[in-house]
Amino acid sequence: MNLFDIPFLVDNFLALCRGIPLTLQLTVLSVSSGAVLAMLLAGLRLSGNRVLDGLARGYIFVFRGTPLLVQLYIIYYGLSQFPELRRSFAWPFLREPYWCASLALCLNTAAYSAEIIRGGVIAVPLGQIEAAKAYGMGRLTLLRRIIAPQALRLMLPAYSNELILVVKSTALASTITMMEVTGIAAKLISASYRPVEIFICAGAIYLLLNFSITRLLRFFEHRLSRDQRPHVVATGEQA
Amino acid sequence: MTDQTRIPAVEIARLEKCYGPLKVLHDVSLTAQPGEVISILGASGSGKSTLLRCVNMLEVPNAGTVSIFGEAYRLDQRPDQPARVVDRRQLQRLRSQATMVFQSFNLWSHLTILENLIEAPVHVQGRDRKACIAEAEALLERVGIADKRHAYPAHLSGGQQQRAAIARALAMHPKIMLFDEPTSALDPELVAEVLKVMRDLAAEGRTMLVVTHEMGFARDVSSRVVFLHKGYIEEDGTPADVFSHPRSERFRQFISTHAH
Repeated sequence: MNLFDIPFLVDNFLALCRGIPLTLQLTVLSVSSGAVLAMLLAGLRLSGNRVLDGLARGYIFVFRGTPLLVQLYIIYYGLSQFPELRRSFAWPFLREPYWCASLALCLNTAAYSAEIIRGGVIAVPLGQIEAAKAYGMGRLTLLRRIIAPQALRLMLPAYSNELILVVKSTALASTITMMEVTGIAAKLISASYRPVEIFICAGAIYLLLNFSITRLLRFFEHRLSRDQRPHVVATGEQA
Repeated sequence: MTDQTRIPAVEIARLEKCYGPLKVLHDVSLTAQPGEVISILGASGSGKSTLLRCVNMLEVPNAGTVSIFGEAYRLDQRPDQPARVVDRRQLQRLRSQATMVFQSFNLWSHLTILENLIEAPVHVQGRDRKACIAEAEALLERVGIADKRHAYPAHLSGGQQQRAAIARALAMHPKIMLFDEPTSALDPELVAEVLKVMRDLAAEGRTMLVVTHEMGFARDVSSRVVFLHKGYIEEDGTPADVFSHPRSERFRQFISTHAH
């Protein structure tokens, strides 16, 4: 092992960087579809209907309570056991590891995100919701104009945590043949037998990705919380 | 004037409200003519806030009717199930005619003061944004916080927030204003500034229903005083009449404990 073998580190770092697009694709695909599913689940949780709430609770219980790796294996290896599925329109997708990994990540992050969204929504002060009703707002306007903007700000810190977890979870896709950053790392190691250097490079890439994501989210959080900072009166002078 | 004056602004008839087995309003009837300022007094738990909240259906009564300028809310009051409003469009229309000012202000914290004022006129009443802004600025001027229009609610004192909330209610062009203990959450030195704004509104001839503990306001500003006890109306008359010749023993006690 030689951590100061700079040319080797650079070569492998660049080789690993070729996995970044796939890592990002898996992240963006699962986070965006997971967010839609999460909003739906949060809606069911908050519907006040016991059956719908129970369904969402059951979903969240299962997907938060079992390992993502197990979910991934069930989808990738398990689904092919059903001949009906192999004949269905979904099979061209579900036989591809790319879509299986995206689906598993999506279903998993949706379970966590649903609870984050629900937390944000119930943290909006009731008095403000009541005021909106008292001023004649209908349900959609209330949701769009009063609840959503405040819930978004309230849930952002918890949600940025979830995003980081998803970026790291994409590494599991390497176990079903995906050549994202970790997948490439495994291949390079089997060729060079130098796991420490290569895994350190891979770790550095994940750090960089997550650093950018936290920065981006902190920027959004800052923009959305103007009302919580001291009021600066414009005086015409330079601050 | 014409028939218009004979249609009551608010007509509450034989109202009952229960929370489970607990009945908080018993057969309450109350009519407010246009321009009347009615102070609703009562100890805590007397049902006075519940009564006010039945006027804009934040609480739906289990029996009885509420009409705004002759139009009764359409309600589903079948026994053995929660009472509910049937016609949501009517509900939203009537609510925007009878705007409420809350004890805890309830300004929308993610919007600036100016945005708070134009929110419902633009997004509920569908009025022109530019016109609403101009009007909102005039209203803020009037309640004395024009310099705060770009501040957020959290940056204002309680008294300023409540004045902003009153301006927000006025921006809807309401025919009726409902005040739910508007000064109870304020420090004593901030009460006066809010009461002054309310006195001005009363002097303009607006229809106001005011749940309050401010005896001075009830006595000097309102045209009628109603006293509630355990969900029954025990006094109803002009301030001069009610305060000098109280019929109810409990109202006598109430005055003596609230006399400053």
